[in-house]
Amino acid sequence: MRRGTWHQMYYTANRFLAVATVASLSLAIVLLPRAAAALEPQRVVSPGGIEAWLIQDDSNPLLSLSFAFRGGAAEQPEGLEGVAALAMSLLTEGAGEYDSEAFQDALADHSIELSFSASQDRLSGALLTLTRHQDKAFSLLRQAMTEPRFDPDAVERLRQQFQVVQARRAQDPSTIAWRTLYSLLFGNHPYARPSEGTPESLGAIEIEDLRAYVGEQLARDRLYVAAAGDIDPDTLGRLLDETFGPLPEEGAAFQAQEVTPNAEGGLLIVERDQPQSNVVLGHAGIARDDPDFIAATLVNHVLGGSTFSSRLFMQVREERGLAYSVYTGLSTLDKAPLLVGGVGSENARVAEALGLIQAEWQRLGEEGPTEEELQTAKDYLLGSFALSLSSSPRISNTLLQLQLDDLGIDYMERRQELIEAVTLEDARRVAKRLLDADALTVVVVGKPGGLVSTREPPGES
Amino acid sequence: MSMLSVLPSSLRRLTVAVALVGTLATAQAATATAQVFDPTVHTLENGLEIVVIPNHRAPIVTQMLWYKVGAADEPLGKSGIAHYLEHLMFKGTEKVGPFEFSQLIERHGGRDNAMTSWDFTAYHQTVASEQLEMVMELEADRMRNLRLAEELVLPERDVILEERLSRIDNDPAAQLAEMASAALFVHHPYGTPIIGWEHEIRQLTTEDALDFYETWYVPNNAILIVAGDVEPEEVIRLAETHYGPISSGTLPERTRVAEPKQWAPRRVELTSPRVGQASFSIRYLAPSYHRSLDDSAPEAAYALQVASELLSGATGRLYRRLVVEQEIAASAGASYSPTAYDLTTFTFWGSPRPEVEPEQVEEAIRAEIDLLLEEGVNEREVERAKQRLLDSAVFARDSVAGPAYAFGMALTAGGSVEEVETWPERVREVTAEQVEAALALVIRSERSVTSVLRPEPTS
Repeated sequence: MRRGTWHQMYYTANRFLAVATVASLSLAIVLLPRAAAALEPQRVVSPGGIEAWLIQDDSNPLLSLSFAFRGGAAEQPEGLEGVAALAMSLLTEGAGEYDSEAFQDALADHSIELSFSASQDRLSGALLTLTRHQDKAFSLLRQAMTEPRFDPDAVERLRQQFQVVQARRAQDPSTIAWRTLYSLLFGNHPYARPSEGTPESLGAIEIEDLRAYVGEQLARDRLYVAAAGDIDPDTLGRLLDETFGPLPEEGAAFQAQEVTPNAEGGLLIVERDQPQSNVVLGHAGIARDDPDFIAATLVNHVLGGSTFSSRLFMQVREERGLAYSVYTGLSTLDKAPLLVGGVGSENARVAEALGLIQAEWQRLGEEGPTEEELQTAKDYLLGSFALSLSSSPRISNTLLQLQLDDLGIDYMERRQELIEAVTLEDARRVAKRLLDADALTVVVVGKPGGLVSTREPPGES
Repeated sequence: MSMLSVLPSSLRRLTVAVALVGTLATAQAATATAQVFDPTVHTLENGLEIVVIPNHRAPIVTQMLWYKVGAADEPLGKSGIAHYLEHLMFKGTEKVGPFEFSQLIERHGGRDNAMTSWDFTAYHQTVASEQLEMVMELEADRMRNLRLAEELVLPERDVILEERLSRIDNDPAAQLAEMASAALFVHHPYGTPIIGWEHEIRQLTTEDALDFYETWYVPNNAILIVAGDVEPEEVIRLAETHYGPISSGTLPERTRVAEPKQWAPRRVELTSPRVGQASFSIRYLAPSYHRSLDDSAPEAAYALQVASELLSGATGRLYRRLVVEQEIAASAGASYSPTAYDLTTFTFWGSPRPEVEPEQVEEAIRAEIDLLLEEGVNEREVERAKQRLLDSAVFARDSVAGPAYAFGMALTAGGSVEEVETWPERVREVTAEQVEAALALVIRSERSVTSVLRPEPTS
């Protein structure tokens, strides 16, 4: 659904699913034979040399375009945290001949959804339009990227909106936990800084900073594009040139360096008056381009990645009822892959939950998964890819992710083989390589009983 | 699947982009649920209704089994039992061991989950299309053959208490919303949280769950919705095989107590050091598609959808006035969900910019409400809102599961397939006068709850 109405009014049996999505986005890829023809992506190269992957489908008169620029919030100047996200949101608040209101009216009156966002490693854009408004949609997209206005009133309005959001986040226990964990793991690296900024850093951003950031980062040398829906390759090629052609060919050199997450481990309590403790934990992971990545994904599935059968789910939730949500996931940050996890338990019971997680982390590292666990994980990965193709935006997102992960347009065909090739011996070796309970940095937000901090708060050590 | 999670994952927050500012996650505009999905419908002899929506985009299928029972149907004093039972439905049957249901689906690369609201409880799986029969067999099996062992039931109650802690007790905004709902519905069970009150959850037993299950989980109280890469005839044949043999049951009448006449506006406020940013809202009792308020006409619900659309979003009245022109609010909008078995809520909301007090936002929202009542709405904003709603129905057709949700929600709230299919026509017919009349009907202070969330003053 475009805009759901029900998500605010029901509860699900399960924990939050987004972590599993993050972890499997780039790997849950297999095509069942009967669908292969219909879902085969085409490589479209425009006359001007801009590439996009396309899955064409005329069953509904609409088009979804997903695109991304490498770089992202990690390329923000220090002290100006939030400039990436603020700049991205301002692209649709006035461009070319349109001031903010006129631009928003143009989108709304044509039912065009256009949004930009920033994560640590990417600036992303999404366009969803009815075919009948396609030309208008691409024209607005081009103007947003190449002629953003950054009018002072729009800048001030969005700045204050962002400050309000960040003031709220600053009191959100889960945000506090994650930010603290990233600070402990990454020290002085940009990954340690709040990518969306703080009320203070947002207050320091000048209009020229926004212009400079967009001018340096929205360039064709770091662009990836994918499309799904009712469009033919020739039309897409023409629109690619018109839309992305005017962008500068080259952007600024990337600044963010590779970084090794701190491995000293230990526990930090952030005391906060709330009945349930939020726990997050993590250490170094395995990179997307590492030959062991698929085996690591399978190991993670067994540990805490699986929705209803992971070892942590069974022990912490099903057997003892210690938590509603317990999970792990591989986080594929470009400069520092991580394996992270989390749990939420009542203050009096959180020490028990955390103890179980650490013990299982160690045991799985030492022993690896069983043959049966490995097979279950493989079966899940093999079968679940098609589930990520359930709508046009999901299809274009999947095609974009394959490109960002540099997996090749034939990856959908090769993936099955790669997963099946992982042996029990591989999984054991990778479990040992991946899981290191002693290196786990743990952050607990709340008033946990029976736990003592062994780490200093970030910035004070 | 992420649309199923009420709370966003924190990991996602850190790794994926900045959330859209300007819409509060808890107060999104209620919009279209459907247009012409062209489903095949069929009813089995035992009363099970079947809706099939083919979509051959990907080789997958979503099976949803919706029961016309939810938290608002719970016996007094047993709040949370509908949701507790939903969790317990994963604990096995005579044939299928505990946890085995989900693990079987996982082994085939599928996903499954369930959800509970005031008006429905629904179970759903998405799997490769050739696995449809497997999930049908499993779902049909647990409609009547649930087996609950005490050692599995008790830890699950603790899981739910933890779920309540994370959703409500740990979050002041949710605590306040719980009080606001309780204040708005002074008698009707919509004032009771879906997850239940903590003291009552603690007392729930296996017996309570089984009583609820025996009473309501029968084929003549369920709707089977199958969407995806399937043919309707095949779905109906499989349903006949697996659900067909289950006998229908004797259903109690589904009536909830009605709201009495309300006499006075209510106000709830929460101030806490755990609040990062103030926010403000006014909730009004409102008619739904099937429940009128003061004998309102059926089109009132459609008119209110148009009203909510024209008030909300970056081009909506409230954002334009409070955020853009007056520069006092960071966000502002309205929300309305017409799909409810009984009455529903129409909400105006806003949050102040830094250094602005929530009272200023309150004053400005009340001024906009007065303006709406005095001067009404103009044709152009009504037409634009209608067009956006109509277009949203085209987008709704794009996903596999979207139409299934639309039918499930409508049919468990007293609606019909035909109503979902003709939704665009009803929207198209809405006039500016109807929008004004519907707003005048709803905006009555004695049927309202004002809520204010504030950070603790630091000085």
